[in-house]
Amino acid sequence: MRLVVDLNKCQGYAQCAFLAPDVFAMHGEESLVYNPHAPEEQRERLARAVAACPVQAITADGLDGAGEQSTGSAQEARDAR
Amino acid sequence: MPADYVDWLRREGRIVIVGASLAGLRAAETLRAEGFAGELTLIGDEPYEPYDRPPLSKSVLLGKASPHRTELPHRREIDAKWRLGVAATGLDLSAKRVKLADGDEVEYDRLLIATGVRARPWLKADEGRLDGVCLLRTRDDAADLYQRLKAGPRRVFVIGAGFAGSEVASACRETGIPVTVAERAGAPLVGALGGVIGAVAADLQTENGVDLRTHVTVTSLEGDSVGRVRAVHLSDESVVEADVVVVSLGSVRNTDWLTGSGLGAGPRGIACDAGCRAFDFRGIVTDDVFVAGDVARSPHALFGYQFLSLEHWGNAVAQAETAAHNMICHGADRRPHLWMPAFWSSMFGVNIKSVGVPPMGDQLMITQGALAERRFVGVYGYQGRVIAAVSFDNARWLEFYARQIERGAPFPVEFPTMDRRPEGRQPVAADFPDPSLPTHGPTVTLTGYSPADQQLVFHPARH
Ligand SMILES: Cc1cc2nc3c(=O)[nH]c(=O)nc-3n(C[C@H](O)[C@H](O)[C@H](O)COP(=O)(O)OP(=O)(O)OC[C@H]3O[C@@H](n4cnc5c(N)ncnc54)[C@H](O)[C@@H]3O)c2cc1C
Ligand code: SF4
Repeated sequence: MRLVVDLNKCQGYAQCAFLAPDVFAMHGEESLVYNPHAPEEQRERLARAVAACPVQAITADGLDGAGEQSTGSAQEARDAR
Repeated sequence: MPADYVDWLRREGRIVIVGASLAGLRAAETLRAEGFAGELTLIGDEPYEPYDRPPLSKSVLLGKASPHRTELPHRREIDAKWRLGVAATGLDLSAKRVKLADGDEVEYDRLLIATGVRARPWLKADEGRLDGVCLLRTRDDAADLYQRLKAGPRRVFVIGAGFAGSEVASACRETGIPVTVAERAGAPLVGALGGVIGAVAADLQTENGVDLRTHVTVTSLEGDSVGRVRAVHLSDESVVEADVVVVSLGSVRNTDWLTGSGLGAGPRGIACDAGCRAFDFRGIVTDDVFVAGDVARSPHALFGYQFLSLEHWGNAVAQAETAAHNMICHGADRRPHLWMPAFWSSMFGVNIKSVGVPPMGDQLMITQGALAERRFVGVYGYQGRVIAAVSFDNARWLEFYARQIERGAPFPVEFPTMDRRPEGRQPVAADFPDPSLPTHGPTVTLTGYSPADQQLVFHPARH
């Protein structure tokens, strides 16, 4: 599964690293590193991380539109400002 | 523009996107999301579907991601015709046709140009061809460099201490490889963040074991008898032996293919209005050619209507979304691309982020934390207002400063903060090099009038 994190949005809360430690890890105090190609067996954990990211910074495909939804709403929020 | 044309375009028009990377993909998705039902073609000269570049100099070099697996997730089905592995070689504006390297021609009703930039190669082509001399822009570059690092080189030499070069140096140190970095300016990241912050970056490098050489240029690369690079010669007459040389001298905009097309395209990119519509060479805005991403330069109201050319991931996404929206809507519904510039990087375990346009700032004030702790926020001022901010391991403040920039808040900042502030309340000179001198990879280029040129005052809103 492919994923990308918008690291402009990411606030380094490490929620994703807690929920899917094989995909996401903190590097230093607040940088996030991640594997942009998560193995299939991580699907469920990844879905949880996507849903739990407090700033909806993670987009992943094949997760029933979760990524689509999060990027869409963030875009609207930006436009509304 | 007759309203029925747009309705027709949305239903059955042909949209062509040249440049199948981040901006191209996100534009295609936005077109479909906003109801474009016509024919969509994506042309890309790389043989791969759109992939993400920032990991190439970070997780990939650290061995935490495969260089072959950074493809971007899709936000939705785009039902496009993909022409991958073939470059666009020309544009006929009046016939509305894109020429391809394989001799084909593709007609469009609206065109989006998102051809980005490429790495600036080593200036002497024969030396640049030596085995072991690497660039880092594409996934093939990253795969090659990763293999070379894995092979355990005796020393890596990085030419240019912008963000990309510094990230490479960081990855080398983290994997235990000796590395030398040469920079023409006085410190790393100077072009992007100025000399005060550059000094912090310099300490960060030397403390992590980087052999940092500043105020020097590389004069030549020396090869051995079988054409492998073996040493680097510097302007201070020193010679450094290295078996991998990473050329990290910033980038060149991919506009060559537009030569003679009549579009306002050149080495600084393609000029466009705030609605992403390209200018022709006479400065007249086109209505069917749009631009987005690293190749674009567009005026920004918050920054004195300077034409900003940003090599920022977030800009490519936001500008692509705006361009796509504007391509298929009626004039009155168009949106301006007034994205707040934002950038991140990560090196030596430190998270570096910025908002606004630091190189426009003339003064700098450390408002949170301390330079010596490498955990701080620095705020840049320009003519009495806040114009940018940078954080080292202190990113949570940036949203606040982004709002300050939007409001044109006064500089020096007036509010007290609870942090200790050893740097005091006094602003200092941000210490950017003379903008007319080349620096490596500033990632933001101001291509309008120079902010140093006080004689030119531009008040576009006053009539
Ligand atoms: C190693 C690296 C690290 C980075 N790290 C960061 C970071 O930490 N933070 C950040 O904000 N940004 C970072 N960036 C910058 C970010 O990747 C770019 O801003 C982004 O890729 C721009 O997207 P784009 O689609 O505009 O252009 P590009 O990604 O450059 O894509 C343009 C595409 O068009 C193709 N093309 C060019 N000419 C033609 C032609 N004539 N015909 C057909 N196709 C053509 C190119 O081959 C390319 O595939 C980094 C970039 C690199 C290389
Ligand atoms: S959960 Fe979201 S904000 Fe937190 S580290 Fe992960 S991506 Fe960043």
